[in-house]
Amino acid sequence: MAHELVVDIRQTGSIPLRGALRCAPGELVALIGASGAGKTSFLRAVAGLIPVTSGIVRVGEDIWCDTERRICMPVAQRHVGFVFQNYALMPHLNALENVALSLLHLSTRARLAEAARWLDKLALTADEQRRLPQQLSGGQQQRVALARALVRSPKVLLMDEPFSAVDYLNRKTLYRVLQELQRELSLPVVLVTHDLQEAQRLANRLVVMENGVLSDDLPDTDPLIPPQAVV
Amino acid sequence: MMDGQALVLSLQLAVVTLLVLLPGGLWLGRILAVRRFPGKSLIEALVVLPLVLPPTVLGYYLLVAMGGASPLGRFFMDTFGLTLTFNFLGLVIASVIFNIPFMVQPVQRAFEAIPENLNEAAAVSGLSAWQTFLRVQLPLAWPGILTAVVLTFVHTLGEFGVVLMVGGSIPGDTKTVAIAIYDRVQAFDLASADRMALLLLTLSLVAVAASFLTAARMARRRGS
Repeated sequence: MAHELVVDIRQTGSIPLRGALRCAPGELVALIGASGAGKTSFLRAVAGLIPVTSGIVRVGEDIWCDTERRICMPVAQRHVGFVFQNYALMPHLNALENVALSLLHLSTRARLAEAARWLDKLALTADEQRRLPQQLSGGQQQRVALARALVRSPKVLLMDEPFSAVDYLNRKTLYRVLQELQRELSLPVVLVTHDLQEAQRLANRLVVMENGVLSDDLPDTDPLIPPQAVV
Repeated sequence: MMDGQALVLSLQLAVVTLLVLLPGGLWLGRILAVRRFPGKSLIEALVVLPLVLPPTVLGYYLLVAMGGASPLGRFFMDTFGLTLTFNFLGLVIASVIFNIPFMVQPVQRAFEAIPENLNEAAAVSGLSAWQTFLRVQLPLAWPGILTAVVLTFVHTLGEFGVVLMVGGSIPGDTKTVAIAIYDRVQAFDLASADRMALLLLTLSLVAVAASFLTAARMARRRGS
């Protein structure tokens, strides 16, 4: 059962940030803004990859970070799915092993089977699954990164400019894949993008980040806007 | 003729040095690559020092520091009944110290070259720090570690000045192949010196070339 992601954080120092955001299960919020506005830093702070000066990050009753109560859950325990801008796939592992790396709590056989199930679902052939990342196209690497983020049943999916290195045709297919997964998994999804068209196409809601400040003032009961149909 | 005893001793010294230096070298190289802390530059300078000091200077200080009159030498004598100079143990200690840069620097560079987002990807994939080290960092740093191992091994085989200062030239105990070559030249036995020198040259060249070839092949395979 997925829960709502609630973020209200402040960050001082070299990258000053201030941002509040709510994202319901099954909702896709696009975080837009000019480059250097702090979108990626905000996403990284939510994941726990950079420390938060003050504030709270929680998913349902699960508190990931609460500076007042001195709670800061380590990244590895947050069960967050994160898709990096350049995928950050392990260059020494093939696609299957990259995905299976998220499942170290399972036996080797079980994790390879589960990884294969996800890669099958994302339409990578058995042959492609055995290739190293640099032997795959940008779109295929993207699918591996997405499978790796989702295979561990994350509570939240965070995506940092995931389509920026993919050509137009592949991008359209990936949009469809993402929308299907979003419907199926019903997770809170936050997508960072600088592409307004992409944001409008995929997101239920857009929030703008400007000079490190993000404000998402929608009340909890705000009805969700349905995503635009894929053409 | 070939001084077999000296050759065996040199190989033993190289293997023992490697076994002692590898765990500490991996640890220090990785710390220097990933952490920032006060005094880091000083430690980096100390790591490089054996590379720039004349071997006789390094050997002299080691001799003074480990000799029977030194606190360290006295401690070892009183506690374990051991002397640290002019024996194999002393050679090992000296060899570990003069090989620090050959081990630590390639290891440090190898860990530095791992993109930070791979460590982050490991963390969001749920890997602990130890799992990240074993499954991500170690395999990616492997070509650099291999280079460090080969350089240390070959450098130990060929080291002359420090070994002579700390160990002297006691056959079977401290007379390594590099010293045996010098010995043979002094005795105008150029044929023996020739054979041993050629052996060291070949061994060193093959080892270094093989490690570079392996590292390049691995890098090509990963497209980096």
